[in-house]
Amino acid sequence: MNPRPFVAGPFAHAGRTTPMIMSWVMIALTPATVFGLGLFGWPAIYLFAVTVASAVVFEAACLLLAKKPVLATLGDGSAILSGWILALTLPPWAPWWIGAAGAFLAIVIGKQVFGGLGQNLFNPAMVARVALLVSFPLEMTRYLAPRPIFFSGAPGPRDGLAITFGFGGHVDMDALTSASTLGHVKTELARGLPLHSVLADGADLLGLLFGTTPGSLGETSALLLLAGGILLLALRLITWHIPAALLLGILLPSSVLHLVAPDRYLSPAVHALAASTLFGAFFIATDLVTSPVTRTGQMIFGAGCGFLIFVIRTWGGYPEGMAFAVLLMNAAAPLIDRWVRPRIYGRDRKGRPLAVKTRETR
Amino acid sequence: MKLFRIRGGVHPDPRKDATREKTIVDAPISAVLHLPLQQHIGAPARPVVKVGDHVLKGQVIAEAAGPVSATVHASTSGAVAAIGPVPVPHASGLAAPAITLAPDGKDTWAEPMPPLPDDAEPAAIAARVAAAGIVGLGGATFPSAVKLNLRERHKLTTLVMNGAECEPFLTCDDRLMREHAEEVAAGVALMARALGVGRTLIAIETNKPEATAAMTEAAALHPGIDVAPVPTRYPMGSEKHLVHTLTGLETPARALTADIGVVVHNIATAFAVYEAVKLGRPLVSRVVTVSGGAVAEPKNLRAVLGTPISDLIALCGGLTAEPQEILSGGPMMGQPLRSTDIPTVKGMNGILALLPSDTRRGPAHACLRCGTCVTACPCGLLPLEIAANIRNGNFDAAVSAGLMDCIGCGSCAYACPSRIPLVQSFHYAKGHIAAEQRVKQHNEEAKRLAQQKAIRQEKLAAERKAMMEKKKAAAAAARAAQEGTAEP
Repeated sequence: MNPRPFVAGPFAHAGRTTPMIMSWVMIALTPATVFGLGLFGWPAIYLFAVTVASAVVFEAACLLLAKKPVLATLGDGSAILSGWILALTLPPWAPWWIGAAGAFLAIVIGKQVFGGLGQNLFNPAMVARVALLVSFPLEMTRYLAPRPIFFSGAPGPRDGLAITFGFGGHVDMDALTSASTLGHVKTELARGLPLHSVLADGADLLGLLFGTTPGSLGETSALLLLAGGILLLALRLITWHIPAALLLGILLPSSVLHLVAPDRYLSPAVHALAASTLFGAFFIATDLVTSPVTRTGQMIFGAGCGFLIFVIRTWGGYPEGMAFAVLLMNAAAPLIDRWVRPRIYGRDRKGRPLAVKTRETR
Repeated sequence: MKLFRIRGGVHPDPRKDATREKTIVDAPISAVLHLPLQQHIGAPARPVVKVGDHVLKGQVIAEAAGPVSATVHASTSGAVAAIGPVPVPHASGLAAPAITLAPDGKDTWAEPMPPLPDDAEPAAIAARVAAAGIVGLGGATFPSAVKLNLRERHKLTTLVMNGAECEPFLTCDDRLMREHAEEVAAGVALMARALGVGRTLIAIETNKPEATAAMTEAAALHPGIDVAPVPTRYPMGSEKHLVHTLTGLETPARALTADIGVVVHNIATAFAVYEAVKLGRPLVSRVVTVSGGAVAEPKNLRAVLGTPISDLIALCGGLTAEPQEILSGGPMMGQPLRSTDIPTVKGMNGILALLPSDTRRGPAHACLRCGTCVTACPCGLLPLEIAANIRNGNFDAAVSAGLMDCIGCGSCAYACPSRIPLVQSFHYAKGHIAAEQRVKQHNEEAKRLAQQKAIRQEKLAAERKAMMEKKKAAAAAARAAQEGTAEP
């Protein structure tokens, strides 16, 4: 028999691997993605394709520069997933260079400069989203009412090229845009109007639930995002700790303030269903790399995200705060991991061995 | 019975179906038997026979050397063919001293030791267990008599019999409990008597209902012995975790379970104790599960010690494919073997020939910090952090993060989606730290010796100087006296 290389056990494996995790997250994102692409038509499809493809290209370029194995590393699927998540947070008719620049920010600045997968401190997609929002506020806030593909009024493949790439004509985006629910509320409240007149017909909760309101490419349908999240939970790819804590972090303070002053503060239902709440709770804050590793740490992290989202939405300068909240908590995650550690078996919390004492058993 | 929950653990695919219904079969005596002098933790045994001697089955051929050691007996009758190094079950593939027997084919027993009565003194039972060369047969191979004598130094309350058999594939303990429940229970009662404990729990994972039923029936004859079904979760068979599950008592770090009044023995050890005490037979054979995807007909074999494992595999129809790995023990904590040309030893509970589909080995990916290893660790460690420290050469940080509290169960590496070889990394670091300490110790010793030498030399020089001065003074005095006498 040939001599075998020395390896230590175990000589068994659970079978779940990193590429599989990435694939399952993509599968969980598919319903909301397909819905979003259909809802916003060809320009959204082009933008999505540009963003994901750019992410892969930038990843490959970085790996080449770093002299790392390109195909093996691309095979982990993380670049596709980062690009995918980023695309879902973009305004659906944003120009192509927003997607490409976003992919650069996410993959190169957000991930590879830290040393690649697993080394990044911040969620790559959220780094890109915040950088884009700050740098290109106009392009990043041009939301529009849904124009489902194949319906009248929807842009065809060629109109889409014009919208996304600027080929063959100019589209006056300003004439088309309308504000997202949270954006509208923020603007009107700032003018001093009470909520009941801002949302004269009440908030369009059903619209938020089914995703027929203006919003980012893949964030509109709370129901489909929830379905994806439940799939991830059922497969135990994520645990309930971060999503539940995040939702509680939003719902508790918003419920209290809504009860106290319903005319100034949005109801918890709007908070829960609007914009990126569920997307963030299930797909962004749960990012394995940038969240704490212990269950308790994850709950602190989730609650912090939720509370910051609420604070930014309510008192901050932006109508939506998911990306900022997640980045702030990403920065806190190493600290949380430093403080919240499991107790080592046979030792006390400070790491000293437990006292030896012979006790009577029952 | 109330059980206590422990953290972490994994649920590996049990893979026990291949052998769980296979009755234990006696393996025939091989043409040559190699009996290593060290089949236990502690000092190697000292040979008491010469090449050419004829020995009988059960005759002492090497006796325990020191308090922590174990006697080795001839496992069949025949001639001592050689005493020297042979390949042994060790990951290094290095050889170790052994006594080689050429069996005469008669398998004649030596005169058995006299059976001990039911009311034998605890010390007499322990002495018999020592004389029979019994060690922990679950794989730990610590000399059992030393553990049975723990009553002398610890206030013991409970004996826990480990019949969890939490490693995948292995069914040798399961079969032993099913086929020899009465003998096992009698052995357990003897061990409880030797330890002087009032309470004994036989822990069996819930995936062995037949063994549980058989042992419950057999234990009913012995007051104070109860069967405790425990959840099927790896590493349930880890000594400290099993004790915690059963009693709720947590063994402090760096302490023994005996410090909290509990002693753990393996179920197969109880069977060996029964044979030694009641039949007067030393430990000359054991049950081995031969299994794995590459084995044609997996079986449970009772093999005499020293049987080459290639013979055991041949008895199971041989290999159907080139195995990726051949192991002694289970897939979680077993030792990889470099060859099948090695003998069956006391601690060998399984021989596994695994295919790639069994090991599911694959390329490693970058750590995602997903925390799966943290959830899986039964010891409350952060395996990812320890491994990162080791990778950066920061061994001190790895130790302060709990490296030395790791029991090496492999739950983390089993669960890791990036297939990071965490256990390998921990082994490497422990070896590195041990080597560093040896070098440090060596240097300190050299420094101490050098200093002593310097002191010694200084003293010598001072003495020599003093002597010279004395001589000089004496010479001067003599000269003065001479001059004095010459002057007048």
